[in-house]
Amino acid sequence: MIRIEAYTQYFHRGSVNEVRALQHIDLDLAKGDFVTLIGSNGAGKSTLLNGLAGVHRPDAGRFYIGDRDVTQWPEHRRAACIGRVFQDPLVGTCATLSIEQNLALAVKRGQRRGLGKGVRRRQRNFFADQLRILDLGLEKRLKASVGLLSGGQRQALTMVMATLMEPEVLLLDEHTAALDPKTARQIIDLTERLVAARQLTTLMVTHNMAQALALGNRLIMLHQGRIILDVRGEEKAGLTLEDLLERFYTAQGEAFSMDRALLC
Amino acid sequence: MISWYAAVGAVEQGLLYGIMVVGVFLTFRVLDFPDLTVDGSLPLGAAVSAVAITHGIHPLAALVLAMAAGFMAGMVTALLNTKLNILHLLASILTMIALYSINIRIMDGPNISLLGARTLLDLLPETGLVGYGAAVVLYGVLATGVTAFVIWFLHTELGLAVLATGDNPRMITAQGVNTHSIILLGVGLSNALVALSGALVAQNQGAADVNMGVGTIIAGLASVIVGETVFGRGGIARGCIAALLGSILYRVAIALALGLKWGAFAFTPSDLNLITALIVVVALMTPFIKKRWARL
Repeated sequence: MIRIEAYTQYFHRGSVNEVRALQHIDLDLAKGDFVTLIGSNGAGKSTLLNGLAGVHRPDAGRFYIGDRDVTQWPEHRRAACIGRVFQDPLVGTCATLSIEQNLALAVKRGQRRGLGKGVRRRQRNFFADQLRILDLGLEKRLKASVGLLSGGQRQALTMVMATLMEPEVLLLDEHTAALDPKTARQIIDLTERLVAARQLTTLMVTHNMAQALALGNRLIMLHQGRIILDVRGEEKAGLTLEDLLERFYTAQGEAFSMDRALLC
Repeated sequence: MISWYAAVGAVEQGLLYGIMVVGVFLTFRVLDFPDLTVDGSLPLGAAVSAVAITHGIHPLAALVLAMAAGFMAGMVTALLNTKLNILHLLASILTMIALYSINIRIMDGPNISLLGARTLLDLLPETGLVGYGAAVVLYGVLATGVTAFVIWFLHTELGLAVLATGDNPRMITAQGVNTHSIILLGVGLSNALVALSGALVAQNQGAADVNMGVGTIIAGLASVIVGETVFGRGGIARGCIAALLGSILYRVAIALALGLKWGAFAFTPSDLNLITALIVVVALMTPFIKKRWARL
């Protein structure tokens, strides 16, 4: 369904600041997989998502969505099969446009945009139905400017926009990290409902290990640009926070002892 | 005070240049792309239409040619910006400078006269519009039509993508829109309108001149800001209409300033730049002054 082959990503290649963000990543997602992706800062989680979304030009590797090789596709073309929600709640929506205009932009994701009316009258009922799921009363404020909404409301709207046209893969890049705990819980709850209702193949980056354990059917841990843990199904269900922390510190310890070895 | 004649003249100018101002609004406010190409594309439109008319082409067809030329000039700026990664401001200055040479090539000289040639104004009697106010009516219809067109366009699917590109390029890319194409389209369309404005000005004054574009961007910005200050921001339709009305207010303000006399002192047309700068400063100050008053 989604296949990443031997993906390697450098930043500032050839300069003194060269960083190898990802090293030879192989990843296969089956249809309907809900993967949580964890790892410390700089592990390459966001780079992996951005690589799949086409934000970076890979130094090596191939990307497949469905049975199409999308490696050469630019970001805007890949968007036809990808729904994305960002960490910053302000990035996913247009502040100066109304709620219905934002939704209308999302309805046309990956399609030709012509000179037809941007927001059609009969779309409004559809929009209202989609917004009702949020239980935020946004369905009554279709003409309100998105700039008037709170960060949580905007992130909820972004979630609806990203899933509206059933993407082949949904990429969530720490989409609750910038929200207060209560709002974050609401957005996580919404994520679960939307993903379950539409059986969406999902890749979710999170800093929260408990969240990574509670959600999804598969968990991947990245460390220094490599996948160091990939558990799924029952094995994942049996995983505890202690197991995860142990794996995490073991990985960091290895890095630490390697540093020590270099010093000695 | 100014004479009736001068007032009508100012409104006429406001309408003609108003088409340019709507174009500037499109880049400056909608696309968030400060575009100085307009200083070159206004005389480009004038030059193309004047040369076309002197070669016996119908005045209306000449306007279309001018718009096509303006669109291409805008595309050059947009290409320099998107494909070659040159800062928008610099890219537009480069096109503007290049257009100076191109405009002289087009006219085969620094200016061209339309004396005795058939212009848009000569078509007026055919439509039954006669008399002194006929030109104002014609320009009013044209400027209103252009503004209505831009408002309609910005409410289409494509227009929403243009608005989103100016507001949040990351968001609209994630929604599958190639922002480079949108910038090409938006800056092209803006300069097509500016060139149309230039073509109309040339036909109205009976001449095209390579230097007639100097200060276009400042006049455009001044008009946009005056419009926003007087009629408020918020909403696309409101913004476009405010831009057109702002243009008229700006030209009337200029005419008023030129009519002032204190003893031996009077403004001359060469003081226009200073007056324009002052108008922009005053317009920009107004929100702060309003706030101060509200607090007292």
